[in-house]
Amino acid sequence: MSLPDGWELVVGLEVHTELLTASKLFCGCENRFGEEPNTHVCPVCLGLPGSLPVLNRQAVELAMRIGAALHCTIAPSTFHRKNYFYPDQSKDYQISQYDLPINSRGYLDLPDGSRIGIERAHLEEDTGKTTHLSSGGRLQGAERSLVDYNRCGVPLVEIVSAPDIRSSAQARAYASELRSVLIATGASDGRLEEGSIRFDANVSVRRAGEPFGTRCEIKNLNSLRSLQRAIDYEAQRQIDLIESGGVVRQETRHWDEGLGETSTLRVKEDAEDYRYFRDPDLVDLAPEPAWVDEVRHRLPPMPSERRSALGALLSSPTSAQLDAVEAVVELGIERFVHAVARENGDVVIALSRAANELASAVDEVDRLAEHSFVTVVDMEASGEVSATQAKALLAGLLAGEDSDPRSLARAKGFEKMDQSALSTLVEELIGAHPDEWSRYRGGDEKLAQFFIGQVMRRTKGQANGKTVIEELNARR
Amino acid sequence: MNARTTAQRVRRGEISAVSVLEDSLARIHAENPRLNAFLRLDEEGARAAAERVDALVAAGDDPGPLAGVPIALKDNLCQRGVVTTCASRILGEWRPPYTATVVERLAGAGALLVGKTNLDEFAMGSSTENSAYGPTLNPRDLSRVPGGSSGGSAAAVAADFTPVALGSDTGGSIRQPASFCGVVGLKPTYGLVSRFGLVAFASSLDQIGPFSTTVEDAALTLEVIGGHDPRDSTSLRVGAPQLVAHVDDGVAGRRVGLVRELFEGADAEVVAAVHTAAEVLRAAGADVVDLSIPELSLGLSAYYIIAPAEASSNLARFDGVRFGHRVSGEDVTAMMEATRTFGFGDEVKRRIMLGTYALSAGYYDAYYGQALKVRTLMIDAFARAYQHVDLLLGATAPTVAFPFGAKSHDPMTMYLNDVFTIPTNLVGHPAISVPFATGEGGLPVGVQLLGPGMSESVMLAGARILERDREGL
Repeated sequence: MSLPDGWELVVGLEVHTELLTASKLFCGCENRFGEEPNTHVCPVCLGLPGSLPVLNRQAVELAMRIGAALHCTIAPSTFHRKNYFYPDQSKDYQISQYDLPINSRGYLDLPDGSRIGIERAHLEEDTGKTTHLSSGGRLQGAERSLVDYNRCGVPLVEIVSAPDIRSSAQARAYASELRSVLIATGASDGRLEEGSIRFDANVSVRRAGEPFGTRCEIKNLNSLRSLQRAIDYEAQRQIDLIESGGVVRQETRHWDEGLGETSTLRVKEDAEDYRYFRDPDLVDLAPEPAWVDEVRHRLPPMPSERRSALGALLSSPTSAQLDAVEAVVELGIERFVHAVARENGDVVIALSRAANELASAVDEVDRLAEHSFVTVVDMEASGEVSATQAKALLAGLLAGEDSDPRSLARAKGFEKMDQSALSTLVEELIGAHPDEWSRYRGGDEKLAQFFIGQVMRRTKGQANGKTVIEELNARR
Repeated sequence: MNARTTAQRVRRGEISAVSVLEDSLARIHAENPRLNAFLRLDEEGARAAAERVDALVAAGDDPGPLAGVPIALKDNLCQRGVVTTCASRILGEWRPPYTATVVERLAGAGALLVGKTNLDEFAMGSSTENSAYGPTLNPRDLSRVPGGSSGGSAAAVAADFTPVALGSDTGGSIRQPASFCGVVGLKPTYGLVSRFGLVAFASSLDQIGPFSTTVEDAALTLEVIGGHDPRDSTSLRVGAPQLVAHVDDGVAGRRVGLVRELFEGADAEVVAAVHTAAEVLRAAGADVVDLSIPELSLGLSAYYIIAPAEASSNLARFDGVRFGHRVSGEDVTAMMEATRTFGFGDEVKRRIMLGTYALSAGYYDAYYGQALKVRTLMIDAFARAYQHVDLLLGATAPTVAFPFGAKSHDPMTMYLNDVFTIPTNLVGHPAISVPFATGEGGLPVGVQLLGPGMSESVMLAGARILERDREGL
């Protein structure tokens, strides 16, 4: 969506990602989603009197990987307490980082070449989950409130962007690219639907050339789609308000996905005073420089580099091929295409098969050996099997029917058709369809598809379409 | 009988742990109803432990350095399955599902954990009058307070219920009651003893330590409970301290600073005791010099910002949601408010409000921020002093034990009781109060020795000299 002439959108995103650690940030409880409520809890994450937090080394490692991937300064940092009363916060304070975050001042480059600044990416603990009964889901007036503390104390990294984003599409691209980066670092599973990554958007509008306008923070954005829709809605709301002589109030707003609207959650004047202070139960976090260097050194290639590397295999890629490159990198399955390139195979076919057949069964790709994929692509490129058969072979290999493409092809009866048998069949079909044949001879090229279809039906897809056309043209 | 002798005789099989325990319990049953030192006994647990100790001895095994020694625990230390109240109504009949590191270590050394002692609610107070379960009486004079906040533990040792008790010291809560009750009280270096399982009052100041009848027993107990604990991030990476072996090292050649700010304004008999203590140390070969550390006078005001600020956050979790007493309300917020209104006593509420205010936006810099700067000044001031001396000498408390109700109406007067003990908490150093003289009405007067971080061994040797020559006085 584009804004009315003369208006500019300014967006900054706060992204929370849960870290893929074995245990919670300050205790040994398992970090797992979707278990029975209150089964992964202990005195520490329940905030029982006398319990003390001990920092999880793996969480620090993953946070530093995120910092390294986002080109941040990784520095000695401290933990603060953010004090507020809420039942999902077992200690009634959250341990977070405040004036000295572990990662600061980095950036993220987007596929379109734009660069978004990262102000900080700090460590903190997640809250539990509250369910308020018979009050429309709100705390006020709830007859009963249920709390599940399994998530309480799960490690999070909060990544705060600079207000560099200028459109909802760019916000979406940033969120999507950040998600890919988080997956690539191994810090996150990227599962938006499970709340592994959550977005808050700070949105303001201004007339071109003016200073930043008053911003509103939008919460409850659970998908890339709702992120983009909410920003569009909020930008238009603020413009309408200003154009009708109103003033934007600084406030926190809630996105309602069903209504497609934002509404006031709380205004700035009601904002809590969190009384931040250094957590006296924790000591300074000062990773040795050697550890930081090792993290930077061992960082796997990020999606942007991987896209470039994959794109470089194509001579003059079409936009569809570039989309395929992005999809394949996003899914982390480009190794199959690279394997084909190494064997001097057909990269275009390989990319297409990876972006379609492998992508549709991405959870099963570990069953597929790279050399098997190379073999299938070679079989298709050489005409040994048809495209349809190649797709069926990949599906079979991914389903675990066999691990060897050639033995699977034999089992499916996908031997290359004997040329004379095909010749005889084409003769037979010409005889049986004189009208279609004469129209084809008369120059109606569409009818080639008719004859190919007939051949495929009779051979159960065994024939190669290109060969059928050669046979037809020989008789034209 | 002191702890060291008891343990030696139990380990040699000369007496049984069970008989030691029964003697202790008999004294407790006879006197505790009057004194209210113990809030709760765990006789069953203690008997089982005593039987285990005796079985080990019979089998030729060593049950450990505290074999058969009955020990009392301040009721802010968690022991699995044993009701822990912090002398507050808000915890109700809460039974911790886990055990504090110090309690585990005592049990592992063969000690018999007989029960939980009274305190000022959440360790906030200097008289044990702030307990929701009634005050503890001073065994030396039943009309007087035992001091606080660890008044129950001090009284338990003074009444000979147990030879050793554990307390916690945030601003003097071990040393001041030790002085009032005439026993030894030691606050270790911050981080030497794990806080895991100690219900926090002010995390950067709290430290667990022993009460005992002898300096040697304090050393012995600290050897058992001290040393690194991976469950406490602020725990120092040091092994168990070696103290008993050095307790008779003496003070010959040691330099001791007699610090004006640590006794000025105290009662005359207290000041006199401090000067006598200086003479005793001098006679034992120490070089005692007069010192002034003006920054120490800033301690009290910094403390009464920092401790309440941390407490306001530490005590937020007492909300009725997951444990303890709950007062129901319209919704969760109302329930939390009703629970806290009912559950906390006045002093606790006062400190939560003070601390909340000190951390609030617009006040943080003027109060909490400023107090942190004062703390840094004090750390520097102590460091300068310890360039010239090994130990510092002063009073523990400005007076002897005062009568019930004498100060409870005026918080400021009560807070002034901690003026000599607070500085060491702010800088994380160890200090010990040794009963040294008697004052008004024959009441005990303690003197205080202070040392730099991890100087327990030198400090205990000095305390041993004061203890010895008190005996000779």
